[in-house]
Amino acid sequence: MEHAAQVVDPFIFRLSIFVLAVFVGYFVVWSVTPALHTPLMSVTNAISSVIVVGALLAVGVGMVSSGSGWARGFGFVALIFACVNIFGGFLVTQRMLAMYKKKSK
Amino acid sequence: MSANLSAFLYLVAGVLFILSLRGLSSPASSRQGNLFGMIGMAIAVATTLASHPPADGLAWLLVILAVAIGGSIGAVIARRVPMTSMPELVAAFHSLVGMAAVLVAAGAFYAPEAFDIGTPGNIHPQSLVEMSLGVAIGALTFTGSVIAFLKLSARMSGAPIILPFRHVINIALAAALVFFIVGLVLTGSAFDFWMITILALALGVLMIIPIGGADMPVVISMLNSYSGWAAAGIGFTLGNSALIITGALVGSSGAILSYIMCHAMNRSFISVILGGFGGETAAAGGGTGEQKPAKLGSADDAAFIMKNAQKVIIVPGYGMAVAQAQHALREMGDILKKEGVEVKYAIHPVAGRMPGHMNVLLAEANVPYDEVFELEDINSEFAQADIAFVIGANDVTNPAAEEDKTSPIYGMPVLQVWKAGTVMFIKRSLASGYAGIDNPLFYRDNTMMLLGDAKKVTENIVKAM
Repeated sequence: MEHAAQVVDPFIFRLSIFVLAVFVGYFVVWSVTPALHTPLMSVTNAISSVIVVGALLAVGVGMVSSGSGWARGFGFVALIFACVNIFGGFLVTQRMLAMYKKKSK
Repeated sequence: MSANLSAFLYLVAGVLFILSLRGLSSPASSRQGNLFGMIGMAIAVATTLASHPPADGLAWLLVILAVAIGGSIGAVIARRVPMTSMPELVAAFHSLVGMAAVLVAAGAFYAPEAFDIGTPGNIHPQSLVEMSLGVAIGALTFTGSVIAFLKLSARMSGAPIILPFRHVINIALAAALVFFIVGLVLTGSAFDFWMITILALALGVLMIIPIGGADMPVVISMLNSYSGWAAAGIGFTLGNSALIITGALVGSSGAILSYIMCHAMNRSFISVILGGFGGETAAAGGGTGEQKPAKLGSADDAAFIMKNAQKVIIVPGYGMAVAQAQHALREMGDILKKEGVEVKYAIHPVAGRMPGHMNVLLAEANVPYDEVFELEDINSEFAQADIAFVIGANDVTNPAAEEDKTSPIYGMPVLQVWKAGTVMFIKRSLASGYAGIDNPLFYRDNTMMLLGDAKKVTENIVKAM
């Protein structure tokens, strides 16, 4: 058993974040009022497009190997899709939420 | 930018995404929540561009071009889409997340050095596992959402398509999928990568085609969940905490919504997934309907009765969305309120084709959200109401769910409209609803049927007032 030299795999840190975030998600989503379930879906859609960071990495790769061109191509299309989703998702959510009004007295 | 700083900023973005969902706990805080989401996204994008700037001028050009194309398409869609089409829009957006996940995984596979996961042909096995999960779930989400989109937008029949031996086919596909994932991890071959993609694409189609139109609220929530898990899978590959947090949030959000929808239909998640429900329409219910007499009323009768009522509870359903009757309905509500009638709206969780669909349509028609109530909050009030005005809903008001043990929907929570003094049904015909079950309420003495298009009938009632 070596003690001092033990290094925790970064995967375990990621897994910890993931598991805790599932719990956070569980409690946060249960507190969402049912009247806003449609905006909830459109906004979760928009934020899951944070996959855009992967698309940016792929499209920005240096032309070092034969695979780089492919990666750029895939990244380019992924970036378009993700941007449709980001802009579309947030804006349509904003449009919907603007419609929810209280009784005017 | 140092790796620690960028990791910290991704964490900030993740927290902002949590806050954006937290904001949705009430309509008052929801707009701020959406803003948090946008800020989080901007931070995530800026951090990526600063820590891994595009390698050359061409790459920058591609980034700007893609953002301009995608952004303007998204903005135009968001501005133009009618609120009644939200379910298909959300399905279409899910498919884009799924496809983006597949493409990002493909990008990482062909240029692993840019993602710090190894070199071409020599990617870390652990990254390959994460990547293959991301790509499989992403591909499945993509085709599944495309089918859901086609069904929701009526470009494809909502009836379930049942293939012979479909369970055998699905199990075989799933087994093959596992086989190629193992192959990819062991050999890192491109062939295995694309086989995983193709098999998952096929599986996505086969999973959604047997599910009928009435189960769409569950399907769309489920695909929401899948798109989250796909994003989380890619997040593990990239070691990006913003992506991991978001994936987990979205994944659990969709799972909870699926649970709520299944619960509201008294169906188990498994039975929805296995499919076949929601398509045995007409045939079962239509035949028995004609023999019993239903009391038909006119718009004038309805207008007269409602104006003299004390309390009216309006129950909207999918038929209202199809006929775009929400504006006429609000007008009717306004007139009634001026006459001193108390007006409330009652919404069943599965009314419409996605969670919360009716609430959005009523909000669009300027119905204040504090007049709109959920099933548990309003069910006890029907007994004190003079009139229950059911517009385009059917199965969610069916007393058989409480009274008839042999009914397929027995046990499903329903709105107890029959306890009101008079029940008015606006329907196109006396045919049964999506579940294919006859509604005995149509033939009761205190029920008045107003047959016709929901919008036209409501407009006629407004005129008669």
